[in-house]
Amino acid sequence: MTFTHLLSAGDLDRTDAIRILDTAEELLGLASRPIKKLPTLRGRTVVNLFFEDSTRTRISFEAAAKRLSADVINFSAKGSSVSKGESLKDTALTLQAMGADAVVIRHQHSGAPHRLANAKWTNGAVINAGDGTHEHPTQALLDAFTMRRHLGELEGKNITIVGDVLHSRVARSNALLLDTLGANVTLVAPPTLLPVGIEKWPVETSYDLDSSLEKADAVMMLRVQQERMNAAFFPSAREYSRRYGLDTPRLNRLPDHAIVMHPGPMNRGMEITADVADHVRSVIVEQVTNGVAVRMAVLYLLLGGAAGDSTTEEGTE
Amino acid sequence: MVASDDAPRADNSHAPARTVLDDKDISRALTRITHEILERNRDASDVVLLGIPTRGVHLARRIAKRMSEVEGRIITAGALDITMYRDDLRLKPARALEHTEIPDDIDGKIVVLVDDVLFSGRTIRAALDALNELGRPKAVQLAVLIDRGHRELPIRADFVGKNLPTSLVEKVKVALTESDERDAVDIQGGAA
Repeated sequence: MTFTHLLSAGDLDRTDAIRILDTAEELLGLASRPIKKLPTLRGRTVVNLFFEDSTRTRISFEAAAKRLSADVINFSAKGSSVSKGESLKDTALTLQAMGADAVVIRHQHSGAPHRLANAKWTNGAVINAGDGTHEHPTQALLDAFTMRRHLGELEGKNITIVGDVLHSRVARSNALLLDTLGANVTLVAPPTLLPVGIEKWPVETSYDLDSSLEKADAVMMLRVQQERMNAAFFPSAREYSRRYGLDTPRLNRLPDHAIVMHPGPMNRGMEITADVADHVRSVIVEQVTNGVAVRMAVLYLLLGGAAGDSTTEEGTE
Repeated sequence: MVASDDAPRADNSHAPARTVLDDKDISRALTRITHEILERNRDASDVVLLGIPTRGVHLARRIAKRMSEVEGRIITAGALDITMYRDDLRLKPARALEHTEIPDDIDGKIVVLVDDVLFSGRTIRAALDALNELGRPKAVQLAVLIDRGHRELPIRADFVGKNLPTSLVEKVKVALTESDERDAVDIQGGAA
């Protein structure tokens, strides 16, 4: 592995990305075994440091670490000293003192994982589990993994990502990773929900969902993140879902092999209708299953071998 | 193979290689192992062949093919990746995983593990751990093409293609047409 942290999907070159996906492919088989456990990370400590609410990412990382036999410490900002005003630095130093080998961090501010990794507050590997509106690399990896299982290698495939790109860390990580893997990404959103500087992303953009459906191999719907919206980005929820929501007529216009994805949590009736969310071509539940395998692959590749700074790693022989 | 990784090794890359088994020898050894497995286990109805990647899998497939011919029914071999169970994982950067493919439920079956070279025994130790989590076989047996000695664990093979006494500075290389250009077993280094 050429990296010691996983902060951005853009840090992965093609070899690394493929290696993670291939490893995840092997680890997926574990879920169907009677004993879903590997001894590989025995004695390693993984801290889930969640400053922001999360269901699937946190339990997914927890399941992944536990299936690799790591010790898991869950930390959420609620009910911790963070609510007393403790800084990220002091929290990190505490975790370091407890000997965390990896820190999985979810933070409401973009760049927090980066700060944690580069400030040397912790020796452990830092894995970004979503920072503000910036990045969510493991989500992008599990999305790419899911696409690859359905569509084959992603080189030349057309992926359409629709919705609230402005507030979406998933969209950014996916755009970077899918570009690395050779896919063509189209972002579809109302002009108000495309971020400044989008022209520098390796993607095409469009304001019209209908025109990009026919050629799409996969459509990824993004959640409209109302909790991050401090202004009126579109006139009404109804108008948004009429222009940018995925409903059955639109689903029928997709190619027969195309899949429908959503990183969750969904606003049913907003960006995706309930019929489409539960349709056979929707792989939304499978994305969650694949998330565990992908996160196991990331944890294994970051922690499974000799670490770059092997100060605490030599205790086994 | 864990074994060769653990050996103290001189730079043998320039030393001439000695071929100790050629393609015919390998073929004969595998045929004999096949018959020994069948003889020991009466009929092969309970036998599950599991190769240890990479070359163990090729050998397991070859044995399965021979078994199918003798028994007159299709017998397939599986693969058992032991990477996650190795005891030396933390000594090297994380390695890529190999494919695991278990053809059959192994509960109550006789599992025959197949590997190319038996050396320290650590690979087999890892394989036994891996098997343990897949089910509870009635018995586990071990078939290897080469037993080169120098065991570090109390493990022995049930079926051996060839016993090859070696010194620790020597390196045993098994080449099989499935992954290499030819079928041969070579020894490199040491006193030729």
